[in-house]
Amino acid sequence: MIYVVIIFLWVALLLYLVMGGADFGAGIIEMFTSNKNKSRTRRIMYNAIGPIWEANHMWLIIAIVILFVGFPVIYATMSTYLHIPLTVMLMGIIARGTALTFRNYDAVHDHMQKIYNKIFVYSSFVTPLFLGIIAGSAVSGRVDPQATNFMDAYIYSWLNWFSVAIGFFTVALCGFLAAIYLIGEANDDIERKSFIRKARLMNIAAVIAGSVVFIASVKENIPLVQWVFGNVIGIAAVSAATISLILLWYLISKGKRFIIRVLAGFQMTMILLTTTYKHYPNIIILKNGGHLSLIEDQGAEKAIQSLGIALLVGSVFILPALFYLVWSFQQKPDQVDSDMHGH
Amino acid sequence: MAARSQMALSLGFHIIFSCIGMVMPFFMAVSHFLWLRTGNPVYQNITKAWSKGVAIFFATGAVSGTVLSFELGLLWPTFMKHAGPIFGMPFSLEGTAFFIEAIALGFFLYGWNRFNRWFHWFTGVVVGISGLLSGILVVAANAWMNSPAGFDLVDGKYTNIDPIKAMFNPAWFSQALHMSVAAFAATGFAVAGVHALMVMRKQNVNFHLRAFKIAAIFGVIAAILQPLSGDISAKMVAKRQPAKLAAMEAHFETKPYSPLIIGGIPDVKNKKVDYAIELPGMLSFMVYDDFKTPVKGLDQIPEKDQPPIAVTHYAFQLMVALGMLMMGLGILYLIAIWKKKSWFNKRWFLKLFVWATPIGFIAVEAGWTVTEVGRQPWIIQGVMRTADAVTPMPGIGYSFYLFTAVYFTLSIAVIFLLYRQIKMVPEIYDNTNPVSK
Repeated sequence: MIYVVIIFLWVALLLYLVMGGADFGAGIIEMFTSNKNKSRTRRIMYNAIGPIWEANHMWLIIAIVILFVGFPVIYATMSTYLHIPLTVMLMGIIARGTALTFRNYDAVHDHMQKIYNKIFVYSSFVTPLFLGIIAGSAVSGRVDPQATNFMDAYIYSWLNWFSVAIGFFTVALCGFLAAIYLIGEANDDIERKSFIRKARLMNIAAVIAGSVVFIASVKENIPLVQWVFGNVIGIAAVSAATISLILLWYLISKGKRFIIRVLAGFQMTMILLTTTYKHYPNIIILKNGGHLSLIEDQGAEKAIQSLGIALLVGSVFILPALFYLVWSFQQKPDQVDSDMHGH
Repeated sequence: MAARSQMALSLGFHIIFSCIGMVMPFFMAVSHFLWLRTGNPVYQNITKAWSKGVAIFFATGAVSGTVLSFELGLLWPTFMKHAGPIFGMPFSLEGTAFFIEAIALGFFLYGWNRFNRWFHWFTGVVVGISGLLSGILVVAANAWMNSPAGFDLVDGKYTNIDPIKAMFNPAWFSQALHMSVAAFAATGFAVAGVHALMVMRKQNVNFHLRAFKIAAIFGVIAAILQPLSGDISAKMVAKRQPAKLAAMEAHFETKPYSPLIIGGIPDVKNKKVDYAIELPGMLSFMVYDDFKTPVKGLDQIPEKDQPPIAVTHYAFQLMVALGMLMMGLGILYLIAIWKKKSWFNKRWFLKLFVWATPIGFIAVEAGWTVTEVGRQPWIIQGVMRTADAVTPMPGIGYSFYLFTAVYFTLSIAVIFLLYRQIKMVPEIYDNTNPVSK
């Protein structure tokens, strides 16, 4: 049953990266959109993510619940030593979620909209940045339960070049995902071209940020090169991601909207696979060379049992409903807004 | 201390957001149903107006809930390390229920004119039911902290863990019932109060009066039933947490014919209550159904295991007083329905409900204070002390200020939005009734 739980944890993280990531990315794209096109971008974006955006963020809650029920030691360690970035990320989640809701449900459309937009855009940037920092810190080997002073225990655990570079890499990936997604939602050729441009920009940004991650890993003495390229799965995943990226750009020019989304999602899967495979089952690498492992540090057997069952039963209810939701709004994309902004 | 304040603050806000978010869908469903049956467009407009409210509260409830799932670990890592696997069951199910709620809400909010009308209505009902379920599950987790079950503590190790038993701990039912009914009463009165105010101002009377009636009937029925669930809860507290009950009642001395103490100022030093009304034997009667059996008083509980007495006592008295007030209003409302239809046009009648807008939520917060402060110094009753559970990180005070500022801003923003929604009613939802001032 432990493997069922681990798979759910991994899939929840992946879906959060893909669905939530595209969601964050929409805000990042908005940040890099010229003022005169902003309202149009915003409308397309809202049509696209509106119905499912609440559901996107449930994946994070699922992942957290799995961690604290199934792996309490890991959860407790993370939330103690990565307290500060987690708090910043939470602030981002609060600000973003409320700003998006407020701008859609404020009955009066006036200057307040500008404030909501600002909050939305900045928090869309900050949240994935810190999400990436947290992920980077987990494997950077700076988390130090034996630290005796405040800085070592609570600041340097996450503030290092490697973690920050991963943070920016995550931001770029989110922007890329959103741009690819929005290409398919564009109503005319001008919009399409503009999103393709954004996707290219984000792709370049991701490549740069990715290179910086490798440079930072060398500087911080983290054997990232060996983690990624030191095993068959890693090399295969990186190659698959690269090939699919080339294919993706080819298909964009052909105007395939569904396949490019699948390919972008596939790339995220490969990236997550590469970064997690080598460590598995370790999830947090500690400063003293030790680690916290999904296998060795799992919670009580009965807890894992019932968690696994709850997840399986839950997905029987959730997945079909979620697919139907996504599907039915894909079918008739035109009418979404007629009621929401009908006044 | 800062950690405790931050948690109390976060939960205090979350409880309001989520109560409204879980109860309003039921109002919405009723009005939606009335629209589908009668075809009267006013009901459709009410449904739409309420659905905006639900969306706002759902979003704020969801983010404050996400924050809480992290805060448990950020503030109480030691507690979560041991308790997580034991009382995690309701949380994992709650995740499921909440997920379903989010999906159903997506269908409902964006589904006007897109689906079969009854399917659309049904998704609204699912929002309400799954919301209520997640509320019950979360309260079940809290109940576990009050009446821990489903594990054995051997030499400081938590073994023999049984998550199912932990979820269905002895207090889960009484607490979940009490909280759910409270949510209906508080939200019912709050929503009714706002609409009553608009009726009094003679704005869109037809719209607001109908909305008022739907919300009020929920609140009224819940308020009248609430004392019953309160009684069940009190008996459970007496059995599992005598210290809490004693503090609630400021009951210092264990003796036969234990009195029910109403009001008063507890004098902790001299172990007596000044200026209180004492009803001899009533406490014994309420707990044990006979007047004689003594109820355990604070004199039998070591001082280091006693909760803060004054706070618990005042909060409990406040909750009961407001509950009684709401029950009284509820009875008045029923009289209005059956005998005095004309009251609905009377200013004094509407005014009563306008005044009652916040009292349900004040009662909810007071009740929450009773159950949380009354459990102190324990975080898990009789098992783990709160002081042993807190994060080792220094500087939590700053985090508390930060969260205070955030929640404060959030509340102002929500009130501001609702105010604007209500202000726009004539233009968006009900242009049949010209505004007359």
